[in-house]
Amino acid sequence: MTTIPPPFSGPPPGALRLELTGITKRYPSVVANDGINLKVAPGEIHAVLGENGAGKSTLMKIIYGAVQADAGQIQWNGREVVIANPSEARRLGIGMVFQHFSLFETLTVVENIALALDEPFDLKGLAERVREVSTRYGLPLDPDRLVHSLSVGERQRVEIVRCLLQAPQLLILDEPTSVLTPQAVQKLFETLRRLASEGVSILYISHKLHEIQSLCHSATVMRGGKVTGTATPSQETPASLARMMIGRELPVCEVPAYTGEARPVLTVSKLSMRPDDPFGTPLKDIDLEVRRGEILGIAGISGNGQAELLAALSGEAPGSAEAIKLAGQPVGHLDAGKRRKRGLAFVPEERLGRGAVPPMSLADNATLSAHAQGLVKKGFLRPKAAWEFAKTCIQRFDVRCGGPGAAARSLSGGNLQKFIVGREIMQQPIAMVVAQPTWGVDVGAAAFLRQTLIDLSRSGVAILVVSEELEELFEICDRIAVLAEGRLGPAVPKAQTNAEKIGMQMSGLFTSATDREPDHAAA
Amino acid sequence: MLEHLIPVLAGTLAAATPLIFAGLGELVAERSGVINLGVEGMMLIGAIAGFAAAADSGGGALAGLPAGAVAGALAALVFAVLSLSMAANQAACGLALTIFGIGLSAFIGQHYVSFSLPGLQPLDIPGLVDIPVLGRIFFHQDAVTYLALISFGIVWWVLRKTRLGLILKAVGEAPDAAHAIGYPVIAIRYGATLFGGAMAGMGGAYLSTVYTPLWVQNMVAGRGWIAIALVVFATWNPTRLVLGAWLFGGVTILQFHAQGLGIAVPVQLLAALPYLATVVVLVLISRDKRLLQLNLPASLGKPWLP
Repeated sequence: MTTIPPPFSGPPPGALRLELTGITKRYPSVVANDGINLKVAPGEIHAVLGENGAGKSTLMKIIYGAVQADAGQIQWNGREVVIANPSEARRLGIGMVFQHFSLFETLTVVENIALALDEPFDLKGLAERVREVSTRYGLPLDPDRLVHSLSVGERQRVEIVRCLLQAPQLLILDEPTSVLTPQAVQKLFETLRRLASEGVSILYISHKLHEIQSLCHSATVMRGGKVTGTATPSQETPASLARMMIGRELPVCEVPAYTGEARPVLTVSKLSMRPDDPFGTPLKDIDLEVRRGEILGIAGISGNGQAELLAALSGEAPGSAEAIKLAGQPVGHLDAGKRRKRGLAFVPEERLGRGAVPPMSLADNATLSAHAQGLVKKGFLRPKAAWEFAKTCIQRFDVRCGGPGAAARSLSGGNLQKFIVGREIMQQPIAMVVAQPTWGVDVGAAAFLRQTLIDLSRSGVAILVVSEELEELFEICDRIAVLAEGRLGPAVPKAQTNAEKIGMQMSGLFTSATDREPDHAAA
Repeated sequence: MLEHLIPVLAGTLAAATPLIFAGLGELVAERSGVINLGVEGMMLIGAIAGFAAAADSGGGALAGLPAGAVAGALAALVFAVLSLSMAANQAACGLALTIFGIGLSAFIGQHYVSFSLPGLQPLDIPGLVDIPVLGRIFFHQDAVTYLALISFGIVWWVLRKTRLGLILKAVGEAPDAAHAIGYPVIAIRYGATLFGGAMAGMGGAYLSTVYTPLWVQNMVAGRGWIAIALVVFATWNPTRLVLGAWLFGGVTILQFHAQGLGIAVPVQLLAALPYLATVVVLVLISRDKRLLQLNLPASLGKPWLP
């Protein structure tokens, strides 16, 4: 009971672990997978590289049995199989770690794991094995903790340990590092290399080129639902991989110097706040200052107070007046609408449902936040003005859509984000707060959005960006601060810091320099 | 004094029995993420089905309870097809089921108005009934009251100690995640909903064949609604649910005694007292927002399709 069964259960010698031939999946509006071929050998770490919407996730769901292919074959250890559902995939020895974790917040670690195992129900014995496996692979976990009290990195460990207990022969990881600190990424890679050396095949889904280069033996690149190439990542350059992934050169932002006056516009002092949500993070003594002409970046992993800080800044969760000042005036007690009138623009993380109302047209969505721009007169709507406003926004910010009458939800993530950012910019704010500006956005739109934000700041607007993507922050920000466990570190000019230092702070270490994991688990 | 209190407390247990049945059933359904507002209707359908079976077969409560359970489950099946398979709004479907139950039970009940049944004699538990005071309260009850308490024990044990309980909680909290790791979410919700219907039907049948063994139109009289309120205020915890049901039962019996003593308060007001007292006390208990949020099945009432 105390050891993992050996990962090999007799594939014919020389056979591939997994071979996909001509996998095709059509949805009403899009062909998600179009004749995909893929080969993975035992013990191979194989990258599946592609942008959002390239069809990677659909392909993985097909392998894991969560989605059925319309055409094509799956060979498993040299034998053709039909994978009808996830439990069948698990019986074959396929494990999957999801991008958005499939964990139950109000259950304990061991209960979560028990739910995924097809074996007699024995929580005590299982807790023992969880401890054993987690120590063996360097993934410390306390089986009796409730999942909602775990950090994101720890949650991922739960998912990985859950897979490992099923003795998988193939492990699928979907964007596993998007929620990890740089140090935690290194630890994860060690674990994965060790698993591969024991014969486990790994399918590693990502759009981060340097990670794939340092970890993966081979790569399959996808674009628009098709395989556009296979490569040996160590023999490629990031630029050549990017070309395969997006079909052209990787766009680069221009960051001119700001020469104007740099007086502070948005200041936060001693902001503390307890959230209503029992799963939320309380904010502790937040101090920050955003000046004219600069972009201040807030790094850190979501769940460390990001949502609470954004709600406090936008006015969704008003607090004490003096804690937040806009152009010297206390605004901490004002609601979102009043702050907007004073020149604070806000672009939330959730585009559909918070940044825009999904079924409403772009023109109507423009009216919602830009009504002060002459779109409402004496309490009556002026649809024509709203239409013109939306039209200008669409042209100026290169929004590809069916016109001002198009429903917000019909736009792709990138185009909707361009519209929302554009709508805010057209209201000529003095300060702007943006959350995850390019989350789930394709590379082209992301570059456009980043350039737009840089240009806006250089015109004298103070911009605060909250993002999980460190590379993005290093590309566009002038100063970077880290939010960890509800505390904000000092804002450091970008040239004086690096990803490693930022990563250390993400683990909640602002002063000491020792390497530590963001966890409280018993090792 | 004690001599007067014993019948009150013993009566409390019986008065709480229909609520324990219906409440436990609704609790299980809600744990799986399904809120069925049709409890009142299912209880009425169970009550008339149980009464009809008991009266027509001559088998008394012994025939009435299973019939009530089956009828309640069938009513829940209608709800489940609409709200689970077709993902219709659960609140609307539940309300419709209640209105349907009121009408259907009144219609079938026309034949049985002024009929009465023999009821059930108390069953003494040998040995235990001789315990001073407690014996007369807890162990001199009709068999169905014991069954309600046994049901509580089973539900408590399943929810706390078994994989099935864990699966129910998982499905109610995050159906997408449960689906992703391979659980048949819809089938599990069907099971929980049908169990809820069967329990509500039993509660109704107990009312019509044991508690007041004669047919009166609309005899459930809002107990289905109290059961739903109990589940929420008990924060989906079966132990609290039973305590709440006893509170309701206790005030019910007390107000009967008050009526008997001729206290100068309008009878209607006294009759409303158990409902009022239960809601007020439970609201006070469940003021703790964290407790509610931590126990609330996160997907409660949200239609889900794979």
